[in-house]
Amino acid sequence: MTHQPLPRWADLVLLPIVNLAVALLAAGVMVWWVGQDPLEVLKVLLHGAFGTPRGLSYTLYYATTFVFTGLAVAVAFHGGLFNIGGEGQAILGGLGTGLVALWLAASLPAWLMLPLMLLAGALFGMVWAAVPAYLQAYRGSHVVITTIMFNFLASSLLVYLLVNHLKVPGNMSVESAPFADSAKLPSMATFLGWLGIEWPNSPLNTSVFLAVMAAAGVYFFLWHTRLGYELRATGSSARAAAYAGIRPKHQVMLAMGLSGALAGMVGMNEVAGVNGRLLLEYVSGAGFTGIAVSLMGRSHPFGIVLASVLFGALFQGGAEVSFEVRGFSRDMVVMLQGFIVLFSGAMAYVLAPAVGWAVQGLRSPAATTSEKGAAHG
Amino acid sequence: MSDAPAVEMLGISKRFGPVQANADVNLTVARGTVHGIVGENGAGKSTLMSVLYGFYTSDSGSIKVFGQDASIRNAHEAIALGIGMVHQHFMLVDTLTALENVMLGAEPHVLLRKAEAQVRHRLGELMASTGLKVALDALVGDLSVGDRQRLEILKALYRGAKILILDEPTAVLTPQETEQLFGVLNLLRGQGTTILLITHKLKEVMRLCDRVTVMRAGRVVEEVAIADATLEGLAESMVGRKVQMGRVGDSDKPAGATLLQASGLHVVDAMGVARLHDLALELRAGEIVGVAGVSGNGQSELLEVLSGLLVPQQGRMSVGGRQFEARAWIDPRTARTLGLAHVPEDRHERAMVMSFAAWESAVLGYEWLPQYCRVGWMQHPQMRKATVDMMERFDVRPRDAQLLCASFSGGNQQKLVLARELGQSPQVLLVGQPTRGVDIGAIEFIYGQLRAMRDAGCAVLVVSSELDEILALSDRVIVMNQGHVAGELPIEHCNEKTLGMLMIGGGSATPATATTEVAA
Repeated sequence: MTHQPLPRWADLVLLPIVNLAVALLAAGVMVWWVGQDPLEVLKVLLHGAFGTPRGLSYTLYYATTFVFTGLAVAVAFHGGLFNIGGEGQAILGGLGTGLVALWLAASLPAWLMLPLMLLAGALFGMVWAAVPAYLQAYRGSHVVITTIMFNFLASSLLVYLLVNHLKVPGNMSVESAPFADSAKLPSMATFLGWLGIEWPNSPLNTSVFLAVMAAAGVYFFLWHTRLGYELRATGSSARAAAYAGIRPKHQVMLAMGLSGALAGMVGMNEVAGVNGRLLLEYVSGAGFTGIAVSLMGRSHPFGIVLASVLFGALFQGGAEVSFEVRGFSRDMVVMLQGFIVLFSGAMAYVLAPAVGWAVQGLRSPAATTSEKGAAHG
Repeated sequence: MSDAPAVEMLGISKRFGPVQANADVNLTVARGTVHGIVGENGAGKSTLMSVLYGFYTSDSGSIKVFGQDASIRNAHEAIALGIGMVHQHFMLVDTLTALENVMLGAEPHVLLRKAEAQVRHRLGELMASTGLKVALDALVGDLSVGDRQRLEILKALYRGAKILILDEPTAVLTPQETEQLFGVLNLLRGQGTTILLITHKLKEVMRLCDRVTVMRAGRVVEEVAIADATLEGLAESMVGRKVQMGRVGDSDKPAGATLLQASGLHVVDAMGVARLHDLALELRAGEIVGVAGVSGNGQSELLEVLSGLLVPQQGRMSVGGRQFEARAWIDPRTARTLGLAHVPEDRHERAMVMSFAAWESAVLGYEWLPQYCRVGWMQHPQMRKATVDMMERFDVRPRDAQLLCASFSGGNQQKLVLARELGQSPQVLLVGQPTRGVDIGAIEFIYGQLRAMRDAGCAVLVVSSELDEILALSDRVIVMNQGHVAGELPIEHCNEKTLGMLMIGGGSATPATATTEVAA
């Protein structure tokens, strides 16, 4: 009784903001401690991330990938599963996207090619997640362990394929041949150019729209479809779901399959949108950042989009800071990210009692008496 | 030795935010008496005892223990004053032995070997003087519920409790265990221990207590000596209106056609223990069949098998015009489509998703019905409207379909579950523990609804660990013992003794031997 749950708005909006503020404060103290001006650093960071069209483009480009991996973690989480394998599923997604591009792009037009690549990426990610899912549902191996292992398998598989089969002979760098033009997702500069808007060149491409659609799709799936209802029921209470006639094993397959498909869409951004070829490092930890993004976004698509932009801004602004501010290394930026993950993810509820206490103090006691009294009737 | 009361609480008030849990409560408990504190859920009795035991500090008021002013700020101070508490949910570590649990936090010596020896010696004396027998070297996880409770009492006594607070002690006990407990409590009272008994079972209060305090909405509404109290009077003060208790409204029609027939049911659990053994059962239209039995004798498995949650190793069942064999057993969704509804025993784990809003849990298991789901798309307005209707018909309070399921009281959760399961007019209704953790007022309502289902021609199976409930509801009673039917009796031949004997495997014993068995 002493710990009333927070009101919904406070839980979804106020608490993350408070957590973020505390993380920035802690990071600020560290920055001050190493002899830099925290406000100056923050200013450079914000300007680097949002101040110029180019900076903004980079921020959104990073955010696009985080939306996919964040949604992947969230869907699995709503199904009661902790998918640590976003990294590997994203690698496989990129592989699927790239292989289809290498195979068919020479003979198919872009309007057919790009959807095929998306499908292949999602399918590869899905299959890669389905194996741990099957092992969990029908063989009892824990999905956390297997997905971690599958990350290593995925990166080894990529290296093997690139080095032994996809590498262009005679080329020094480990990368595939470039895709034909029909397999390249238009960049934002190109896209806005069609609309007559000038925009600087950057890695930002039209897959950002795909990310927004994926977020909306996940929202409608989870809260407006029967499959989503059954998935959430299973994730919240497997016994209640079984009672309702929902088959938990099918739900494990569904949750992980969708999760893997979402992670697999990373390929559209990184492979089809930016690189135009397969190379070694196109996921580079985004699968793990997705866990932090999902934690911070409270596993809600809207929150995930916001958290992705925040992490995108940290990546981009952080790069800018390490470039602009003397003596401020890239490691300091990683530390800042660490603080945000710590306060918004791992310790997300540490401040909840304080926030709850403050919220309760703000509301007039008279207004809540009737409400609470009734709840106990 | 003065004659000051063991406990005096004066003008205790306690608020939790906007909730006034205790308002100016006075309580005086004389030494060496058993004092009952009764009230519905949320009446404030647990809060009052938590104030006495130092979990909460009251906002105002004072406490005297044995005539001395006491400010009790935590459980340690309460124990130092000679107050011990046995919680409804036991505070024991399953992976430690009984002896280690008693010792935990009160080790009399830094060396465990010596500490154990001392504790064992002292416990031996206590067990001899009180008759509380527990296997001290058994892991608590292996002990029966009754043993664990005896251990909790021993633990309190070991720590020097002269005032013993028992929170709903019989909620988890079989009738026989309850008898044993009462024997022990009577003995302790004789030895001068003061006992505070929190309960909502008025029959037990009438049997055991010397005085009783009735609480409602945070206040004391009545305090009487048991000699001057009546069951009906206490119930009325508790609920605040007249309540119908016990058996009313017998069915005047004989039972009709067989709606569910199961036979040869065998269930062996993962440990290789037989849970159901060659069990057969028949449910007919217009009758309530009660399943009595000591908890853990297969009643839970029976419900799960009949509702399709558990696939038996052998057996067959026919329901809704279809036959099922063990190798192609009914599943919960098929069961619902055949008009077989199930109100599970475990409200929190099974019947609802506690983190869902009421309107989401209100369709759980029926989310595929066309009115709730069209081409895979959930129809939120219809779901909300259906929930509001359910809440209206079953008087679920508060009438807020948006509220999280976990925020409702147990009784209101149960009403919502019943509203959902009864709402589809099932042919066969399986109900486990229909009123566990439910207030008297709601019990009366739930009984009424179950009888109405029977009168409408539904076949109802009620599994309950409360004999009173079986006796109040059933037209026919099945007693289960070790996974099979130990006896089947029409209600006219049932009373607590006959059922109690069958429950403990005593066969068709005569009432005389049953009495001696219970007294021992």
